Amino acid sequence: MDNCEKIKTPLFSNITSEDLEHIYEPYEDSFLLIDALEKDLHMIRESQPSVCLEVGSGSGVVLTALASALGPRCQYRATDINPRACRVTRETGKLNGVKIETTCTDLVSAVQDELKGKVDVLLFNPPYVVTPSDEIGRGDLEHTWAGGERGREVMDRLFPCVDSLLSPQGLFYLVALKENDPDDICETMAKFGFSNTTLLARQTGPEKLCVLRFGHKQE
Amino acid sequence: MLTSKGIKNVKEGFPLKIQADEVKNVDIDFDQDFISKMVPKLDWNALIFAAQCVGHKEDLPDTLPEGYENDEDLLRKLHHILLEVEVINGCLECPETQRKFPISNGIPNMLLNEDEV
Repeated sequence: MDNCEKIKTPLFSNITSEDLEHIYEPYEDSFLLIDALEKDLHMIRESQPSVCLEVGSGSGVVLTALASALGPRCQYRATDINPRACRVTRETGKLNGVKIETTCTDLVSAVQDELKGKVDVLLFNPPYVVTPSDEIGRGDLEHTWAGGERGREVMDRLFPCVDSLLSPQGLFYLVALKENDPDDICETMAKFGFSNTTLLARQTGPEKLCVLRFGHKQE
Repeated sequence: MLTSKGIKNVKEGFPLKIQADEVKNVDIDFDQDFISKMVPKLDWNALIFAAQCVGHKEDLPDTLPEGYENDEDLLRKLHHILLEVEVINGCLECPETQRKFPISNGIPNMLLNEDEV
């Protein structure tokens, strides 16, 4: 089973043009995160994760891609604040033969007690675009990209929850933009007890994107 | 096992009562090791409560028996309850406020209004 260290791009023909007026279309940042997971796939597999959680799963392609590669011996969970995105995530999973349990909630609000200390892989491709604060969540699509000041306002709300969610060996994968100040993100996470690695960096159009990986600092 | 702790003044918000209006049984291959690995992570009392809500109370003992790893019969029942019973439509009810959260197409909507948080 370990001979394949590639992650297949999932099918997402279930997503309709009407859906795309309300949810984030799988785009370069989604694929960057999938590529980063592919880089770590061997390690993730070896750790035998039992719970993977994607926050703000949108179309669901990222979690579906990871789940297809890891197989059914793991619980796949997703959250999104947009009910339509929740439905599409579930359908994308189904189309690819993956069961994703999806909850409509703000970040991890309704799942954080249940999943306390249990999440082995946490994924977040946040709304990272620098916008005026009042643009955040103005409509469905704004939820997908508007990040407020420095593009940090939404992701900054998740950071304090990561420590309690992750299992001792758990890893947190985050997509960030240069304007989000990745160094400062790493400093913030260090205060919560995390070490960091920059897995991938890529320029896509005007966006300088990277995928950061955080894990508990080993004593 | 979701919680409604996000609601203002709610202390535990757990366990939520499941009202199952439409339940679907799906077939998933039984993987004894996987289920056995999941068991220690479960809140047994909450699981019994959930099982009771969807009509499977009689399948589970009141406490988790020792040696459950080798009890295939029990693990098969857990497999069914945990993975194969899907509540498609219904709602979840907060034990403290009785606020109901709708479940539609298998997805619980736990969003709160601004005046609730």
